[in-house]
Amino acid sequence: MTERRHELRRFPWQVRDSGQVLLTAAAGVLLVASVAQTANSGLRDNRAAIAFGVLIAFGELLRLSLPGDRESAPIATAGALAYALLIRVGDDPVRLTTQQVVTAQQVVTAQQVVTVTAIGMIIGAIPHLAVGRPARIGGMAARLLAVASVAFLFRPLAKDSVVKLHWGVALPLMASLVILALLVEAVLSALMRADEQRAMFRVVLVDELRIQLPLGAAVGASALLIAFAAEVMGLAALAVFTAPLLVTQVAFRRYSGIRTTYLQTVRSLAKVTEIGGYVETGHSQRVSRLAVAIGRELGIHEPELLELEYAALMHDIGQLSLSDPIPGGATVLVSRADQQRIAELGAEVIQQAKVLGAVAEIVRRQNEPYRDVDFVPDEFAADRGSPGPPLSSRIIKAANAFDDLVGGSMDPARAAEAVHRLQLDTASEYDPRVVEALSRVMHRRSLIQM
Amino acid sequence: MMALTAYVAGWVFVTLFGSVGVPTARSFPAIIGPFAVAALAHVVVNHGLLSVVLWLTRPVEGTTRRTNNSMNARLLLSDLGYGAFGLLIAALWGELGAFALVLVLIPLFVARWAVAQFAEQQRAYEATVSALCQAVETKDFYTRGHSDRVSHGSVMIAREIGMHGERVEALRYAGMLHDVGKLGVPTKVLQKTGKLTEEEYAAIQLHPLRGLDIVREIGFLDEALAGIMHHHERIDGRGYPMGLAGDEIPEFARVLAVADAFDSMTSTRSYRGARPVHEAIAELRKWSGTQFDPAFVDAFVAAVKREGWQQPDAAVLSAEELTTMAAQDHDDPTAPLRVIDTY
Repeated sequence: MTERRHELRRFPWQVRDSGQVLLTAAAGVLLVASVAQTANSGLRDNRAAIAFGVLIAFGELLRLSLPGDRESAPIATAGALAYALLIRVGDDPVRLTTQQVVTAQQVVTAQQVVTVTAIGMIIGAIPHLAVGRPARIGGMAARLLAVASVAFLFRPLAKDSVVKLHWGVALPLMASLVILALLVEAVLSALMRADEQRAMFRVVLVDELRIQLPLGAAVGASALLIAFAAEVMGLAALAVFTAPLLVTQVAFRRYSGIRTTYLQTVRSLAKVTEIGGYVETGHSQRVSRLAVAIGRELGIHEPELLELEYAALMHDIGQLSLSDPIPGGATVLVSRADQQRIAELGAEVIQQAKVLGAVAEIVRRQNEPYRDVDFVPDEFAADRGSPGPPLSSRIIKAANAFDDLVGGSMDPARAAEAVHRLQLDTASEYDPRVVEALSRVMHRRSLIQM
Repeated sequence: MMALTAYVAGWVFVTLFGSVGVPTARSFPAIIGPFAVAALAHVVVNHGLLSVVLWLTRPVEGTTRRTNNSMNARLLLSDLGYGAFGLLIAALWGELGAFALVLVLIPLFVARWAVAQFAEQQRAYEATVSALCQAVETKDFYTRGHSDRVSHGSVMIAREIGMHGERVEALRYAGMLHDVGKLGVPTKVLQKTGKLTEEEYAAIQLHPLRGLDIVREIGFLDEALAGIMHHHERIDGRGYPMGLAGDEIPEFARVLAVADAFDSMTSTRSYRGARPVHEAIAELRKWSGTQFDPAFVDAFVAAVKREGWQQPDAAVLSAEELTTMAAQDHDDPTAPLRVIDTY
């Protein structure tokens, strides 16, 4: 019953990645219209157009991956936003004195901004394609649409003499437009992400904003700086401002590098239980994937989702302390006392790392039934305070039991039977919400296979 | 020091450019060159003074001299980058006043935040790897702390021969992870007191490959992977798993081999007590050229003589622990694994 109700919530056209397709189409239409209009009216201020185009291409070339498989091009975004917000390029003194007043004819149009940005992005993306890195069309489309929204709002105002003459008016206006652009990009990325990962939009948007905020602040500030600085310094501003943002980007690259390495390492080292013959091959990987899918279904935020993944990967690490492996590694088949001992030993190991306290707690409580019907609390029960195990522990409990029953098998009938068996145990053992989410995940998987 | 460096930078700028004041549109781009030179002068003077101070106050044992040099170069570059912020603030001061300061400082603070996050993640990472390695070691009482000590010893060798900073880091992790594959060796083989059968010996010989299987997907390790795979090769070609000889053996593996054997010899084993450091050094020298690379043995001995070596405590064992410890140590060059002759 629950499965059917869930299916009704999705529209027929909502196949995988449809959000990305729609977004790309929208960006494409906008781009074609802009190019046509720009070609018709001719390029204004060629030098600035080329300089900004080169900067955007350079920024796109230095794309940056952020934690959680995200991509960002801070320098390209800052350059494009600055171009959209540009009032006037300060030039060599001679021209500046003879042309103090910029006529409406010479102001760069929004269409030109879109055209230059898109061309710069495409040129910058070519080397990535050449070395075989996949193009993230969706991300590029989101960035282009964010820039376009600022361009179409601000370009008509750029002619206004009030905006031109008083920075007290211009600065707040431009700052709010930059914030708008960053919001647009975050919303579009969150839409695509929610669609791709089958997660809740609200949850994904909050995660997206949280992760993009620091870098977004740097990008926005740099965009404003270059827009103003170009007036004073001319196009040299582009080169000068890139240096500070480069410093920021290098710092971010190292940060997301270590995050990736961390995840790779925990994923790899979780395999020691398999190599040691304690659990079936691939067990930790499968449990962690399933646990994360369930967690997304239940609307868990990204930081906790990462903890859930770590805990799921290492949930059997306590078995290393057993001298004899459990046959087949199926912890669902051994006594509750033994299960609890393995969980405690595992939590102790993880506790050693000091920084993973929450993960250790999840692992420690992975066997507890979700409702205390006949569970005998141990001596630590009083210290914990909270009545039931954390949600992540309940998820791992269900995912682990499911994998012990099904293993690496892809047979939908077997999976359905296992889900059914867990459903029978939802009175006290497994959390009914978790099992329901598990059944939704499984149902979707069987649809993909067909 | 600040006053002195600022004075020098100002002097350079005025000499090259000739005027002082809030820059206007006319001063660009001509101002950039003199400013860059002035910033360079500032950084060079600053670092020069700083190294003088450091040199005056440095401890007698200057152990990390080489790493300092590469760090200094990096600092110099990033200082130059920060110099660009100065020009930006000056340039926009005329137009935006103090707002210029705020706008320019935002990216700087974000960068600082990211660097702090990076440092925090790196500490967390190290603690996690170390904890997981200890989990692997819990199987065998005698090898507890072995990974950390081998890691430390390998880093001592690397510093002694002036290895580049990033490679030292990779080697450090290689040391921690070099024996994870031992988990693939059945406990009963590790604890066997008698001679090993051919199959059992083969299981032990495979442990570097098992280790490689586990850590293969950790991207940044690169060179460390080769080190983990070959840390039981011998210079004379009689090691395992591939039987490589001499320079065919990756450098990391040759470094690990020395630290690995040394820690094994200076730790307590069920069949013997821990050897004192000078005896273990004599053993290293004895096998230098056949089992170990002489260059790394020399480097290690020099480093140990200067810095000392923290031997593990000879702990008192409970009866339970006595039954769950390795009876033979595959790392110990003085007591090679005994294999049943097949003929």
